[in-house]
Amino acid sequence: MISKIFKFNGGVHPPENKLESTGRPIQRLGIPGELVLPLRQHIGNLPKIRVQPGDQVLKGQLLAEAEGSISAAVHAPTSGMIVSIEDKLIPHPSGLPDMCITLKTDGEDRWIPHEPVDWRQRNPAELAASLRDSGIVGLGGAAFPTQIKLRPSGGSGVKTLIINGAECEPYITCDDMLMRERADEIVKGIEIAQHLLKADNCIVGIEDNKPEAEKAMRVACAGSASKIGVAVVPTLYPSGDARRLTALLTGIEVPSSKRSTDVGIQVFNVATMLAVYRYLEHGETVTSRIVTVTGNVGAPGNFEVLLGSSIEFLLAAAGGALPDTNGLIMGGPMMGFSLPSSKTPIIKATNCIIAGAPKLFPEPPPAMPCIRCARCADACPVNLQPQELYWYARGRNLEKAREYQLFDCIECGCCSYVCPSDIPLVQYYRFAKSEIIAQDKAKEAASLARERNDFRLARIEREKQERAQKHAQKAAGAKAEAGADDAKKAAIEAAMARAQAQKAEVTPQNTENLDLAVQAKIADIDARRAQTEAKAENKEEQQEN
Amino acid sequence: MNHSPYLTASPSVSVIMLKVLLALVPGIVAYVWMFGSGILISLALASVTALVSEAIMLKLRSRPVLPFLFDGSALVTAWLLALAIPPLAPWWLIVVGTLFAIVVAKQLYGGLGYNPFNPAMVGYAVLLISFPVLMTQWPAPLAIAGAKLSFIDQWHYIFGRMLPAGINLDAISSATPLDTLKTQLRLQHGMAEITAAPVFGALGGKGGEIVTGAYLLGGLYLLQQRIISWHIPAAFLGALALVAGVFYLIDGTHYAGPLFHLFSGASMLCAFFIATDPISGPTTPNGKLIFAAGIAVLTWLIRVYGGYPDGVAFAVLLLNICVPLIDANTQPRVFGHKK
Repeated sequence: MISKIFKFNGGVHPPENKLESTGRPIQRLGIPGELVLPLRQHIGNLPKIRVQPGDQVLKGQLLAEAEGSISAAVHAPTSGMIVSIEDKLIPHPSGLPDMCITLKTDGEDRWIPHEPVDWRQRNPAELAASLRDSGIVGLGGAAFPTQIKLRPSGGSGVKTLIINGAECEPYITCDDMLMRERADEIVKGIEIAQHLLKADNCIVGIEDNKPEAEKAMRVACAGSASKIGVAVVPTLYPSGDARRLTALLTGIEVPSSKRSTDVGIQVFNVATMLAVYRYLEHGETVTSRIVTVTGNVGAPGNFEVLLGSSIEFLLAAAGGALPDTNGLIMGGPMMGFSLPSSKTPIIKATNCIIAGAPKLFPEPPPAMPCIRCARCADACPVNLQPQELYWYARGRNLEKAREYQLFDCIECGCCSYVCPSDIPLVQYYRFAKSEIIAQDKAKEAASLARERNDFRLARIEREKQERAQKHAQKAAGAKAEAGADDAKKAAIEAAMARAQAQKAEVTPQNTENLDLAVQAKIADIDARRAQTEAKAENKEEQQEN
Repeated sequence: MNHSPYLTASPSVSVIMLKVLLALVPGIVAYVWMFGSGILISLALASVTALVSEAIMLKLRSRPVLPFLFDGSALVTAWLLALAIPPLAPWWLIVVGTLFAIVVAKQLYGGLGYNPFNPAMVGYAVLLISFPVLMTQWPAPLAIAGAKLSFIDQWHYIFGRMLPAGINLDAISSATPLDTLKTQLRLQHGMAEITAAPVFGALGGKGGEIVTGAYLLGGLYLLQQRIISWHIPAAFLGALALVAGVFYLIDGTHYAGPLFHLFSGASMLCAFFIATDPISGPTTPNGKLIFAAGIAVLTWLIRVYGGYPDGVAFAVLLLNICVPLIDANTQPRVFGHKK
């Protein structure tokens, strides 16, 4: 099947540096003495912890359970004992510690009883629900919980499945090696995804710098009963970005404000498909992943490593970091981030560890002023005008930055890569985005506070009137009958009830179209909000008294 | 090792400016060949003035001197200005023009990256308005000049206004083809009669067309090196040829043809070196097309109907004013947004 390849604006072609790590097959690493498992290995809610320090656990056992709709479970990567649950340094750009479960391994690697799921016979909705306990997240690096993306959607539905094997960042080769060595399992995973989403079309997109992977995938796809196409796209960073790859393969630009499913497309990484296969065909949860270790190390390569293993452990397997190493990058050199320490663990999103050195990533010269050469605009895959965004971000003209679609920026780094003035453009955009988000939050809080203040003033006024009324009544004398008072109270109560009913009526929630679970959740949140508001009111009253 | 992207790969500002200077070299060589070596003296004067004034201004503005001095932008301004004014003008003319360009048009606006107007063209406009006579004393092409000056003779003339005995100004200077055309058309002469004059060559002016051709060559090098994009040269040359061509077809006896306009005056210099200044020009692709076409039309209007023989400088400055407006209204469609 030869499919037409479309284009997107810009893109860059940095030196690939991929050959260093593709010389050897994927090596499976052993079990380290200790595994540190951050609860936050995905986008979404923190999962709920289901174990205690001192518990003996088996490989694949649930340690923390998905909480709320967007969340992912965490499992024990091997058997052993939970030794602590506390804040530890995690691999995150912030360099801040977060909650981690520490597992002392026993070296026996005993599995918890697990069974394959007869997925062909089960209904897709049920299967998707069972994936909630799989712990599978997008393994390309984004780490979005996969169970949500595999949920059969009502209405329009997914027609086309795009499998992302582009791997466009320099240095990273874990998907390349996975496709070379385990194409059959990836394709079986794709078949499952097709079954779940009832997607008729499926295209695997691979950059043309991975001919071995392409060949392996073609052979595997030819052997499949499903119709799965393999399309080769030109090597051009960032063609592996989901929206860029979608545009390359289908010519469809997913609208900025919508999801790809809104146009009938769902995108998965190849490694994620393999994880889905391992879970449904073998009952195995996510306990390990393939990580590329490259850059300034003795023996670069790809390693299958238990989640929670320390980066130090992994580096040692790759011949260790060379003496002039001056930093570690998680991810690729274009979008990755500097790790706070080599003691941080491997998580589900760790696709690559690069040991940096001055000779690989020289310190850029001091930034010069922008000369408006617009090379950044030529390189921008979103067709933004980075030089304008820079201007507005620098001048803190945030409204203008938003107007020039700052939030469409995917922070791919193409603009900084080509900038002759060496301006750290992406840093400016990150700063402007966080400023705008903070401002919006502050604005929201301020308007809420104003609303509450208005309400409070109105209440004080009402109470004053009521008191005045009471005094007047008192002045009118005790001659008034007690019964009349009661009648008045009843009348007020009735009026208040009417007002409340009216209020409830005029605040529409737009919840009619949501499914029942979400509606229930909203009702629950409303109730909690009412409760806290009532509490706050009480407090205010107490303070006044 | 602090933030992504960790890779960069692009020529620095200095390299870009150096390539622009390099691209001017064929033009300079042709200039020396066709009009004598006096231009080298103006280039040197302009360069020294630009570097010294830039360094002093940077110092006064408490900016790092060395990185900005070596970014090469001051030299580009100096060379463009030197190539735009008569090479045998008194030494102080180029000095005053360069000073104005660097001190006022560039540094007082904030230095590299912040000047809204093309500094070389500001310097040129100031000189043209203040010293109109000196600015029109162009050397005659050597091929038709009544006398030839040695390098030393030119040096003496530039610094002391002294000509060798027996040679007067008329022998070494001549009106430019654009100037000749303008005055002769006013005198009701026909195009064929005018262009038969010795100062005219095959395409533009004698000698001048060779220099212009060399600029074109340098411009193609800039395109090939991706220092400039095709938009501005194509739109400028295209629009100039179009507007000149239309009027030439309507009335060939009173309007010069498109080739004459392309190969006369500062057309090629403007198309590849002046209008392509990124700092004072628009950044969007469509904006560049509008900007350059606007310069071309204004240049033609000033040449044909204005008070000055060439109109490039004023056209560029007028379009510089429009840049924010042009950029704001030519924003390309962002990925995933409505067409």
